[in-house]
Amino acid sequence: MAREGEDPGMAKASKVKRQRKKKPKENKTRTVHANILYDNAKGEENPNRNYANNKIKTTKYTVLSFLPKNLFEQFHRFANVYFVFIALLNFVPVVNAFQPELALAPVVFILSVTAIKDLWEDYRRHRSDQEINHMDCLVYSRAERRYVERYWKEVRVGDFIRLRCNEILPADVLLLSSSDPDRLCHIETATLDGETNLKQRQVVRSFFDLDCDFDPLKYNGIIECEKPNNDLNRFRGYIIHQSGRRDALYKENLLLRGCTIRNTEEAVGIVIYAGHETKAMLNNNGPRYKRSKLERQMNVHVFWCVIILLVMCLFAAVGHGLWMFQYGDKRPVFDVLSPEGTDLSPIMSAIYLFLTMIIVFQVLIPISLFVSIEIVKICQVYFIHQDMDLYDEETDSHLQCRALNITEDLGQMQYIFSDKTGTLTENKMVFRRCTVAGVEYSHDANARRLAMYQEMDSEEEDCTSHSGTLPRRDSVTSHQSARVVLRSQSTKSHRRTGSRAEAKRASILSKHTAFSSPMEKDITPDPQLLDKVNECSSQMDFMRFHSQPMSQLPSDLADIIDFFIALTICNTVVVSSPNQPRQKVRMRFELKSPVKTIEDFIKRFTPSRLTSGSNSSSSSSLITNRSSNRGCSSLLSSPSAESTLTKLDEEQPPRGLEHSFGPVPPCYNGKAWNLEDGELRYEAESPDEAALVYAARAYKCSLVGRLPDQVTVELPHLGKLSFELLHTLGFDSTRKRMSVVVRHPLTDQITVYTKGADSAIMDLIKPPDTGKRQIKIVSRTQNYLNLYAADGLRTLCIAKKILSKEQYACWLQHHLQAETAIQGREELLFDSALRLETNLQLLGATGIEDRLQDGVPETIASLRMAGLQIWVLTGDKQETAVNIAYACKLLDPEEEILTLNADSQEACALLLEESLHYIQAKFLCSSTDQAAKAFHSNFAPFEIYPSSSPSSSSHTTPFTVLRLGLVIDGRTLAYALDKSLEDKFLAVARSCRSVLCCRSTPLQKSMVVKLVRNKLKVMTLAIGDGANDVSMIQVADVGVGISGQEGMQAVMASDFALPRFRYLQKLLLVHGHWCYSRLANMILYFFYKNAMFVALIFWYQFYCGFSGSAMIDQWYLIFFNLMFSAFPQLITGTLDKDVSAETLQQLPQLYVNGQNSEEYKPYMFWMNMIDAFYQSLVCFFIPYFAYADSDVDLFTWGTPITTLALFTILVHLGIETKTWTWMNWLSIAFSTALFFTVALCYNASCPTCYTPSNPYWTMQRLLQDPLFYLLCVITPVAALLPRYTVVNLCLTEYKAMRISVPLKCLRFSLMLNRSSNVSLPLASSWIKLVKMLTAKRCKV
Amino acid sequence: MMASSYNAKDEDGHITVSGPGGGTLRSKKPENTAFKQQRLPAWQPILTAGTVLPAFFIIGLLFIPIGIGLFVTSNNIKEFEVDYTGVDMSSPCFNCSQNFSWNSTKPCTCTIPFYLDQPYESNVYVYYGLSNFYQNHRRYVKSRDDSQLNGDVNSLMSPSKECEPYAFHENKPIAPCGAIANSMFNDTLELFYNDPNGTRIPIPLNTTGIAWWTDKHVKFGNPGGNNPNLTAAFQGTTKPVNWRRPVYELDADPGNNGFINEDFIVWMRTAALPTFRKLYRIINKKSSMVPTLPRGNYTLEVVYNYPVRSFEGRKRVILSTISWMGGKNPFLGIAYITVGSVCFFLGVVLLIIHHKCGNRNNSADISN
Repeated sequence: MAREGEDPGMAKASKVKRQRKKKPKENKTRTVHANILYDNAKGEENPNRNYANNKIKTTKYTVLSFLPKNLFEQFHRFANVYFVFIALLNFVPVVNAFQPELALAPVVFILSVTAIKDLWEDYRRHRSDQEINHMDCLVYSRAERRYVERYWKEVRVGDFIRLRCNEILPADVLLLSSSDPDRLCHIETATLDGETNLKQRQVVRSFFDLDCDFDPLKYNGIIECEKPNNDLNRFRGYIIHQSGRRDALYKENLLLRGCTIRNTEEAVGIVIYAGHETKAMLNNNGPRYKRSKLERQMNVHVFWCVIILLVMCLFAAVGHGLWMFQYGDKRPVFDVLSPEGTDLSPIMSAIYLFLTMIIVFQVLIPISLFVSIEIVKICQVYFIHQDMDLYDEETDSHLQCRALNITEDLGQMQYIFSDKTGTLTENKMVFRRCTVAGVEYSHDANARRLAMYQEMDSEEEDCTSHSGTLPRRDSVTSHQSARVVLRSQSTKSHRRTGSRAEAKRASILSKHTAFSSPMEKDITPDPQLLDKVNECSSQMDFMRFHSQPMSQLPSDLADIIDFFIALTICNTVVVSSPNQPRQKVRMRFELKSPVKTIEDFIKRFTPSRLTSGSNSSSSSSLITNRSSNRGCSSLLSSPSAESTLTKLDEEQPPRGLEHSFGPVPPCYNGKAWNLEDGELRYEAESPDEAALVYAARAYKCSLVGRLPDQVTVELPHLGKLSFELLHTLGFDSTRKRMSVVVRHPLTDQITVYTKGADSAIMDLIKPPDTGKRQIKIVSRTQNYLNLYAADGLRTLCIAKKILSKEQYACWLQHHLQAETAIQGREELLFDSALRLETNLQLLGATGIEDRLQDGVPETIASLRMAGLQIWVLTGDKQETAVNIAYACKLLDPEEEILTLNADSQEACALLLEESLHYIQAKFLCSSTDQAAKAFHSNFAPFEIYPSSSPSSSSHTTPFTVLRLGLVIDGRTLAYALDKSLEDKFLAVARSCRSVLCCRSTPLQKSMVVKLVRNKLKVMTLAIGDGANDVSMIQVADVGVGISGQEGMQAVMASDFALPRFRYLQKLLLVHGHWCYSRLANMILYFFYKNAMFVALIFWYQFYCGFSGSAMIDQWYLIFFNLMFSAFPQLITGTLDKDVSAETLQQLPQLYVNGQNSEEYKPYMFWMNMIDAFYQSLVCFFIPYFAYADSDVDLFTWGTPITTLALFTILVHLGIETKTWTWMNWLSIAFSTALFFTVALCYNASCPTCYTPSNPYWTMQRLLQDPLFYLLCVITPVAALLPRYTVVNLCLTEYKAMRISVPLKCLRFSLMLNRSSNVSLPLASSWIKLVKMLTAKRCKV
Repeated sequence: MMASSYNAKDEDGHITVSGPGGGTLRSKKPENTAFKQQRLPAWQPILTAGTVLPAFFIIGLLFIPIGIGLFVTSNNIKEFEVDYTGVDMSSPCFNCSQNFSWNSTKPCTCTIPFYLDQPYESNVYVYYGLSNFYQNHRRYVKSRDDSQLNGDVNSLMSPSKECEPYAFHENKPIAPCGAIANSMFNDTLELFYNDPNGTRIPIPLNTTGIAWWTDKHVKFGNPGGNNPNLTAAFQGTTKPVNWRRPVYELDADPGNNGFINEDFIVWMRTAALPTFRKLYRIINKKSSMVPTLPRGNYTLEVVYNYPVRSFEGRKRVILSTISWMGGKNPFLGIAYITVGSVCFFLGVVLLIIHHKCGNRNNSADISN
């Protein structure tokens, strides 16, 4: 469903808008009438006629509009306009230089290549549109009084649609009816946001109580709702019934296009938004377009090329004027008059000549550069995609490049901003320990279990890395090793299940449901706590049996049971069991819920249960009060239910049915319980929710069902308890907590359970004057919280509050107002939540471990060796963040840590000032020691590198040497990011080796990135996985999303999406380096090539009276760039590897190369230009002198020059190419062959065409001339001698391993610096020469 | 020249993941092919002193002998050049050059004596040379109509606009049109050998064989094909303004007349550089016994028609023998010798640097 090119959609939307503007009353909202009311009326009568239909068209062009529209778009690129201008200039007779039609060739070629590419893309879009438009769905037809199959594109706003299980929604549909007895519809939104958990949608309230099957003919409402917008999480409106009753509509009533119906047999809805007005389509923005740093640098040089071009033209024009002037009135015979026979004044001809020269020299502006860069980048993206090392077998996903044009930026990163949770860590939350009512339960057994996982993981890692380090083996071995990896992988995730086949199946299943690895699920309970839970619940059971008030329960036990109830229900976890055969669901349900009373039996096995139980496991195992008083569903009056029942009967063999009524184990059998329950699947929005639910389940307090207004919990002894769910106040990042309001079934009290970050909860605890016990609990819990944080655990506090009826009624009133408000509802709801969440009673706290991802410490270490500054920006609390930072080697125990925690602006300023002084003092006294020490420590030489090398760019300050870590919390960060302090903050932060920002909000994250990017002028990369990282990802130069567990929002916003953090290493160090160096070298080569070629003609101007004459045939001149010399550079630009992947990963220091833009520096451009001029001089003057004063004619002389230039350019590329594959050889051979073939054919084809050059038989004669061959040998050698010598000079001195040349040069010059202290006059002069040459090579 | 290392082998171990119970899993796993994993077998030239230095020496050792050979070849070519522009008062052609323009009708003749101090053994090529004549001027080069020259009747009567303003004269199409043709070199050169007895023996100059074969037989052609009556073929056209005779009277020989006149063809092949020579005549070797041009006194008789003084031009006559590599030009030989020597020298320098710094480098590495 991912589609780009929103233009037509937007256009359509705006058209609709325009139409609606005419009718002011429809301005703000959209009114939807059912089509059925209008008898499918066409045209004017249909009130929905102005809304977009469901046909989607994401193509940009139609057959007719393609040419003009595509051309128009292409001319947005300035270069294209320029080239067309030049081509048109050629049609002016006074200034033309070539055959006008021929001059159009290159620009037409470039335009048509782009046009063909666009056309192909558009065709693919068209194909997928067609496919989507022709999908089937059931639409109610009034004429036939039933649902008929229609194509998606025929669906219109106001149509009634019937949806069946596993169908994809064709449009945004308002849910009016569902076969689910609870009037729910489950949808999977993976295609929209990537979240794999099921979401519940509700039937519109007014249809909620509708007894029987929904009959479209009886529908008579009018829907008023918002205009189409792209906010997936918002939908407001109301439905007006004929009676005049209004019912509000929420996003819970809306099914979005692209979602899939799950676990619901059938649903009916009315189309609200269709086609391009659906939220899914409005959310589709095309791929992002960013301009890379290299391209920005390149554009400067393109600009310089323009200036060089103008200077050359001006020079030629002045020269021509003077040349004309020297003849005075005596007009020489060769100075031809203008066609009209009039004499041109020197000034006029100079002006004309200026224009002519622009045409002749146009090649200097590389017309094909832009196209070539695009081609090379596409190839690079392809190779990055194909890299096996960036493929994650577990999730079967590989790296995605979402931004196609910034691959080379990956090689130039300087700062990495990383999220912690889910990025550095797995975001696989594992319950570790908890404290309840001030008593800590350490869960040692659980810790041991986790340690075991860790061990097995690391074993497996060994195995993988073992096979990874030996990549070059014959196929047999690699095959075997792959198999080994495969096996170990499957054993990893499914150790418990045993058989491999089963493991595989489970792994496939687990792909569909997040947060369900056995590590997360199987929590070993703490025996002490388990005993207490059992005791407690048995007591409660006893009390219930004897109808004693629950308040007599000892308070610590009450706290424990409350704690677990809170863990179980205070969340949004949905219970489901997808991908299971239906019978199985039933079987399980029978086994699991032992029948206790005959009533239960009857209730459970009423047909309605059967129908629902067969579709939806969430409702399958429920005993609800409400189901019994809902008459209709049990009456089974609707035909659909009947049919379902028959279906069921067919599916289930009678024997199974008998079995299901057979004897069932009446009481808990621990083992069986575990086994059965293993089938229950929890789908949580965030992994820590799931972790807590699994933890509670380990204590036999398991969530068995969740409905919008009811949660069912199974407790030991007590059995199933249904909590009436009054409200859910969802989690948000400002409140940092969530609450549920339930009616406790045992005490019948209205209870608020709140779960949230400790800082958020602790402030809301009831003032301590209420009781000594509470104070003790709070202080003890706080202690344990600190302990947990120190262990790197994520802490959550659980609290509750009991509301009196009056309090609740009072709050409810406000809350309902807030809920129904249309304006500012979010704020009102927020305030309402704040009012409720006060005076809480602390129950306990949990510690959840978020395990580090594989290879994170190693990746961080090597990225740091690569000279990257790594900042971690996390929302976690300081202690947790610091501990994770230690765990992933971001902070070193030997490092000093500056912690900035300030309560006010002034304090923050003071702190910053102090740390700045401290740093300066420390730097001043220790810089020399540090440098010396650095040499001996492992990766220090490369920290010293920026400071000791004057050539490195200015951003790297000497401060970076310090071994300091900075930790700053969110509040202080807010002060530090203030305009007045940001410079100081940066000064402190940049001198620290690592920076850790805790408790930071998404906005702060993006502000930090923006600050660093703008102030330090560095290349920044932001990596994150969750919605809270989106802003940061968008701000950074390169945004990387982790396509992990937390949905796709980060991925959608990113430029690159990785399955794992550790892949960043290869992405940056290898692919980034390659992409950068390949592209940088290619661009430099491009400039060189064009300059060299054009300069040949420039030198000639001195010998043709600056008349704009060219000795190179116009064909060669125009196709030289486009054809003869194009392929080798593309191959080299795509495939060349200056350093092998292994070396790049082993020596991350080589990355510094790209960071300092070593491969593309401004002076390199100029050195290349100078080299180009030198080479063109050689290529021009060797033939010049060889043919001086001979009877050679213009093109017999020019053709060898073209050939020589081609050879020189190709050999030059050969020198620059570091890795020769057969493709390089082939491309060079092909280029040469192509040139000679074209030349021979061209020169033999037509004796009278191709004026003015008329090169008939030139090449043929040249090939018989020994002089031609002699020139072909000597000229390239002479032209490339300096470059070759300098390249070799650098390399000879560093016969060491094949590491990057500039780095070697650098070390060489460092070495020379040292050795030049040795006073040896002769040697030092040599060294100077060598140094000079070395420096030159680095530039060239 | 360089050491090479093949560092990759084909690894085509495709791993197909297939579930034993369920069907094949379509994995998104990238294929493990050498190309896709960027592991194509590659030659990485390792540039070390051991591999690079020989390259320099080999180039040096190859180029120097070639250069010497070329130089010797060039030196064996005999060439004699005489400038007859007549700029100096002393020059025999001074008078002719002074009062001469395109319009003068009376031919002016001057006689230039010269002495050849060596006999010319093989065929001798007689060139006329012009200096400062920009035949490569952009507008000049274009000013021709190739299809007219090819004998196309339509183009003959309506020359292409490229020929403007030399396409029509007095409403008649010019044949051949254009500035190149208009400015055709029209001096007549005759060569006499002054016998020691005092008699002037005219040397037979061959007028054919001086143009490219393809030019004469493919590119150029008279209108009306092989019609021997050129006067009729060129009916209705007029001669170029600066010409004295119409194009069909260039030569008496019908095979060398009209557009296929070789002098004309040679002129039409525009020179690359402002100082150029064009083949005028060939003196064929008569027998192996007698040199084509024996040592002695010669006289060059010039019918001075072509004005060059307006643009400071020079006119020369060159007598030259040729070798397999063309006329006398020592440059290529010198260039080969120079480049070869430079390579050799660089090789030596690099060797020294390698020895000096290489050793120190090693010790520095160790000390680090």
